[in-house]
Amino acid sequence: MTGDSKQVPSATGAPAQPDIPEPHTGAGLGKPGSRLAVGARAVGGRVITASETWTLLALVILCVFFTVRAPGKFLTLTNFSLIGQDNAWYLVMAVGQTFVILTAGIDLAVGSVLVLSGVVADLYCIHHGGANAGWATIVVGIIIGIAVGGGWGAMQGFLIAKAKVAPLIVTLAGFGAAGGVAYLITGGADLRTVPNRLVNTIGLGSVLGLPWLIVISVGVTIVFGLVLAYTRFGQYTYAIGSNAEAARRAGIAVDRHLIKVYALSGLMSGLAGILSLANFDSTTIAGHGLDNLTVITAVVLGGASLFGGRGSMLGTFIGLTIPAVLLSGLIIIGVNEYWQDVAIGAVLVGAVYLDQFRRRLQQRT
Amino acid sequence: MAEPVLEARAVTKHYGTVLALDNADFSAYSGEIVALIGDNGAGKSTLIKILSGAIRPDRGDILVGGERVHLTSPLDARKHGIETVYQDLALAPDLDAAANLHLGREIYLVPFLRLLNRRAMRQHAVTAFAELGIHLPDMRAPIATLSGGQRQSVAVARAVAYASKVIFMDEPTAALGVVQRGRVLDTMRRVRDRGVAVVLVSHNMPEVLAVSDRVEVLRLGHRATSLLTAQTNVEELVGAMTGALEIAGNGARETP
Repeated sequence: MTGDSKQVPSATGAPAQPDIPEPHTGAGLGKPGSRLAVGARAVGGRVITASETWTLLALVILCVFFTVRAPGKFLTLTNFSLIGQDNAWYLVMAVGQTFVILTAGIDLAVGSVLVLSGVVADLYCIHHGGANAGWATIVVGIIIGIAVGGGWGAMQGFLIAKAKVAPLIVTLAGFGAAGGVAYLITGGADLRTVPNRLVNTIGLGSVLGLPWLIVISVGVTIVFGLVLAYTRFGQYTYAIGSNAEAARRAGIAVDRHLIKVYALSGLMSGLAGILSLANFDSTTIAGHGLDNLTVITAVVLGGASLFGGRGSMLGTFIGLTIPAVLLSGLIIIGVNEYWQDVAIGAVLVGAVYLDQFRRRLQQRT
Repeated sequence: MAEPVLEARAVTKHYGTVLALDNADFSAYSGEIVALIGDNGAGKSTLIKILSGAIRPDRGDILVGGERVHLTSPLDARKHGIETVYQDLALAPDLDAAANLHLGREIYLVPFLRLLNRRAMRQHAVTAFAELGIHLPDMRAPIATLSGGQRQSVAVARAVAYASKVIFMDEPTAALGVVQRGRVLDTMRRVRDRGVAVVLVSHNMPEVLAVSDRVEVLRLGHRATSLLTAQTNVEELVGAMTGALEIAGNGARETP
């Protein structure tokens, strides 16, 4: 059988065709990117990748610039503590958003879910002691608030995974609806009675010299950063964003995982709602309409791809810190702070362009 | 021959009004490479999907080692030792080779926490690739950065690593160069020699004749004939695929 079959392939001509592009595409283009990635991986292990080194570099340059322009004012513990506190709820929401975006999804509802969770948690506290509510009440209120966020997220996840409605649409609807419910509950006026104990600890207080807001937000980021990098849950998140069909064929319960991911984002928004409530001593229902964009910007700046499968928690952390540092620095050196929005817009487009450019380099089929 | 390790009996599948499989039979024996061929629309893909658990038949039986089974998902099929190398490879391009090899079958450092043991997975992957004579320059590189042939190798190695009874290969060489094509065919022979049944779906007649032991021909949703490769040729296969053989009469040699 080997005898007559060997001569036939050339006769059909079919095998020759795919061979031509092989060595061609395999040559120069894909290599530099991968070599860079290999180098970065060798340096920082699994936690850091090539795109993060660039964003980290950008952050360092920003910090150096402001330190030189405003010596003794920018690079201080107080200033960075302030930056951390002002961005605590954004960071918490960005943690959830990172998981969502890694699955090639998006969660536009985060700001509204934050408000709704804060409103519901505070409503419970108002009915059980108000400003003088004890810790038992506060803890129950916190749990209820976070649960509302998680439930809202799970509902969105269900609609996305099971009803197959696009994440953009589901969470856009969720954004409006959650905000609407919060307005219905409060009648449009902020609840300004927040338990003092909550405000004076989580909101404004410190533990071991560190503000609670920073302890909680950074703690959550580290925990879920580890979950993302080292557990099966994280692995499946990457796999689904990378190739959902392959994940499904590998036996991963893709729908269930997506519901969990959106529920996680909801939980994080709920926790962010508690942080915001405690810090502002108010439900701030009108103050979080653009949170979703702030958070998505951070995740994308951090190197995550909106097409899914690529990104990291460290990247998100850096991606959130860049606009925050920029804003703080511009105010300190006396430049109109609105330049921050302009600069971030430019950087965002540049970051996404780079991501697409890298993807094109990697497309070798 | 002994009992087939995998057998389809009178399997029927409709897609709406389209009859994709019409009482189709199929059998694969341990330690053979059986090619499944047929014209476009003959039902090859549908049959493979049914036998690998991706879709369920309307009627008919599937037997593994002589026993009736219900394959409700690819996971079911895997539990019976049936693996599939999909034409699109079904790899996650952003994950590395070891992660892809273990997708859905992770090895844990702390099982309770679902903490991954990446080192163990990498070592296992190196072993699995080495068994097939595959060497990847960088085990940690995302699949997207590998060449087409290397990606193919990963997909094949994944199936081979877990297939204890049957391995389906859907057009495994369609996107490969000459050297890599030869390697994949070698791999198929090696897997067969381990006693696994290899089912090759291919349009490439010379390749089918070169590598298979037996050929099953599907035509209009049912088995047209089953031929021993050593006793057939391209003309006969094409004849069986197109139906020219039926008109010509009894050209087909049935094998048990």
